[in-house]
Amino acid sequence: MNLWLPKSAAGKRWLGLAPSYFIIGIFMLVPMVIMGVFSFLEPNPYGGVKPVGSLAAYVKLFFEYDLEDNLVFNPGYINIIFRSFQLSFGATLLCLVFGFPVAYYITLQPENRRNFYIYLITIPFWTNLLIRTFAWIIILGRGGVIETPLLAAGIIEDSLRMMYTDGAIAIGLTYSYLPLMVLPIYASLEKLDFRLLEAASDLYASRLEVMTKVVIPLCKPGIIAGCILVFIPCLGAFIAPNLLGGGKNLMLGSLVQFQFASARNWPFGAALSMLLLSAVVIMLIFYARAASKRASMEGSD
Amino acid sequence: MKRLLTLFTAAAAMLTMSLAKADGELFIYNWTEYTPPELIAKFEKETGIKVSLDTYDSNETLLAKLQAGATGYDIVVPSQNFVPILINEGLIQKVGVHSLPNFKNMKDRWKFPEWDPKQEYTGPWQWGTTSFSYNSEMYDGKGTSLQEFFEPSEEMRGRLSVFQTPDEVVSLANIYLGFPFCSEDAKQMKQIQDMLVKQKEYVVAYNSETMSDMLASGDAVMTNHWSGFSRLGRLTGAPIVYAYPKEGVVGWFDSMVVPSSAKNVENAKKFMNFMMDPVNMAMLTENQGYGDAVKGTEAYYSDELKTAPEINPPADLKVFFAPTCSPKAQSLIDKVWTKVMQ
Amino acid sequence: MQNPSSHKRKKVLPVGHYRGLGAWTVFFFIFLYLPIVVLIFYSFNANRMVMNWGGFGFDWYLKAFNNDDIQNAVWNSLIVATVATAFATSIATVGALVLARGGNFRGKTISLGLITLPLMVPEIVTAVAVLIFFSAVGINWGLGNVIIAHITFCIPFAFMPIRARLEGMDTSLEQAARDLYASEWETFRFVTVPLLMPGIVAGAMLSFVISMDDFIITLMVGGAGSTTLPVYIYSMIRRGLTPEINAVSTVLLFVSIAIVTAYWVVSKKGTD
Repeated sequence: MNLWLPKSAAGKRWLGLAPSYFIIGIFMLVPMVIMGVFSFLEPNPYGGVKPVGSLAAYVKLFFEYDLEDNLVFNPGYINIIFRSFQLSFGATLLCLVFGFPVAYYITLQPENRRNFYIYLITIPFWTNLLIRTFAWIIILGRGGVIETPLLAAGIIEDSLRMMYTDGAIAIGLTYSYLPLMVLPIYASLEKLDFRLLEAASDLYASRLEVMTKVVIPLCKPGIIAGCILVFIPCLGAFIAPNLLGGGKNLMLGSLVQFQFASARNWPFGAALSMLLLSAVVIMLIFYARAASKRASMEGSD
Repeated sequence: MKRLLTLFTAAAAMLTMSLAKADGELFIYNWTEYTPPELIAKFEKETGIKVSLDTYDSNETLLAKLQAGATGYDIVVPSQNFVPILINEGLIQKVGVHSLPNFKNMKDRWKFPEWDPKQEYTGPWQWGTTSFSYNSEMYDGKGTSLQEFFEPSEEMRGRLSVFQTPDEVVSLANIYLGFPFCSEDAKQMKQIQDMLVKQKEYVVAYNSETMSDMLASGDAVMTNHWSGFSRLGRLTGAPIVYAYPKEGVVGWFDSMVVPSSAKNVENAKKFMNFMMDPVNMAMLTENQGYGDAVKGTEAYYSDELKTAPEINPPADLKVFFAPTCSPKAQSLIDKVWTKVMQ
Repeated sequence: MQNPSSHKRKKVLPVGHYRGLGAWTVFFFIFLYLPIVVLIFYSFNANRMVMNWGGFGFDWYLKAFNNDDIQNAVWNSLIVATVATAFATSIATVGALVLARGGNFRGKTISLGLITLPLMVPEIVTAVAVLIFFSAVGINWGLGNVIIAHITFCIPFAFMPIRARLEGMDTSLEQAARDLYASEWETFRFVTVPLLMPGIVAGAMLSFVISMDDFIITLMVGGAGSTTLPVYIYSMIRRGLTPEINAVSTVLLFVSIAIVTAYWVVSKKGTD
């Protein structure tokens, strides 16, 4: 039979997959393993690592040797990690609140218009992240688009100082990843059977109840997918905290970059990356379990 | 399939093209805004060598990049205290600067410096000072003491900008508190740490590149600054004043060195020699406004440069050049900075 | 293929409708597009400082076009994106053929996971891992390093539209070709590939855009002379905000929009 149809030999199958395995295996999996190994080595004071095993990088997350060489508890990094989660959570929530009604509204439109809306949402997403963040500097900055008219109208007297704050970072993150929230929610809303809403209404459900008891539970997978898709890149974000946060309010991503760019502590940077990676893996497992649970529930209907 | 093949061949050709290093090339990796385009154009015209330029924002970034195995740079420009580190780590190579024809033009004061006693590695770029600058329309102080920078008054809250990396900030703090550079005394470093952590309450951003823009826009009223870079900001019309505090300022000497992995060593030497010609060095100084280490450049200075306050400090200004710190002192500095960055 | 009742929905099911949804959506799109409009608007600012309006002018476009460094960066970006796209798309195509047509086999889920791995891992982690890898193994190919990294993370972006296309494709034409004594190769070359083309083109365009836009990985991995356009724009932003950045960004913006629009058209054609 045909080479490309199911009965082809296993050999051909692996031949087709070999390039993907080769490239992603060598240049993605192996590097991550090496990174894991590096996180258990000692740093060389001027960059790189010494081939000496050490747990120092992980100890450093919680403890530090103070200037007198005493090992003391140090909440500094925990705080940065906590702040990263907090900001990512905030941005995810903003995306959800902002994006859900829009996804829902688009579902209500006729099909050709729906496609156009989705197209409009994807466009900013495919344009350069750096450029989109830069635009926010012009908007939020001193003498920027928001301040100037307010100053001119006398509504405010001094700069609002919106740049270089956590708020600026949160706005930047929300803006960057908003489409990643809308698209999966839309995808699951699109499959929603609107007759269910009617049924609920016939059974005297209020408008609010129709939303909270029917629509939201039914598109929960989309919401969860959207939240994860937004949360993960936020956690590792580098551009927004750097450009909008003034390099003062570090987040995990910038902390990692800092270890390689100037602090010269590769093992610690690698350990932080491993931490970030585990957070992602945990979330994906959580998502996969939720999805499979759902699938089995639907299967039993 | 033929089309796909053509695409592949084209792709492969482009790949090899981008990998092949032509003879007439020179890759310079220098600080941001530190390489005047007209100087590069002149060098390209005289030698036919094609110059590419990448930039970095601190000595630390340069060291990190070289340490991570970035190759292909032919000229990099570290400060004096990083030169011994680069030598010890085997990251730069001897090119015998002392035997270049134009070496005779160097001022005796800067010949055979302690960081390169035989002048094997380094060719002069610029030397200058690190202090702070302020927007004179928004700040009433006179910039006479480092106290204004390290222990700012209440009006400075959210209006102070500090360099992004510890190298010069800690040195300046040493001067303010009267401690020796590269202190290995934990108590002294603790005092610096406490001061910098306290200072952070006033800091709007840690930044080593857009100081003049921040001063001009008012995003910051006072920033860490370099003398010549502060002059460039002032020349754009902003009311920027470079401060000469009574405690003194940090001095530095940036020089060209050739990384061990350089592919165009001969071209790099040509460039070093080119830069030790007073005409060319004067062009650089005119553009940058720091000091140079080449005899006879003054003849080419404009009147503006000759009288610029940034290169004509008060006669009694104390300038301290930082040495390379011991690993112990360096690790104390790193700890202090890590603490501040948290 | 869509819900046939969608037109009637408004009349029959006013239940699902909520007040203010439309206004909210308008607000949403303003939020989404305002920064882009502002960015483009200020690229015509004749002043040196972005935020001080100094009259309308094209000066900064001229300046950007005549800037050697920008030309080099654009050239580097194009080389990287073209080469990475060519490799990533080919690799993704054969992978997708196996995964979509290979039936169920052991390791299918793992293979799928592996191919989409670069999508899941945060960019900064990829950047760090690849940086450490190149440094540990001692690979120093300048732009080559960047290209390798780009091929890796472009594979899933090329893979997804191709696989989607394959899964929606009917195998009857290929069956017919085989029945008419076309060889395996001929069937593949003259039936499968043309049918698959919209998916391949869409995948190629996506990976091109993704590669053109990448910043962090290039920043961390790049060596001498491998400054791409986003890395250059980043250094421009850090040096000071001039409308030149807006001018360059606007051009890049329109390139992206053009490609995405083309992608949209191609992929829509694919589903019709």
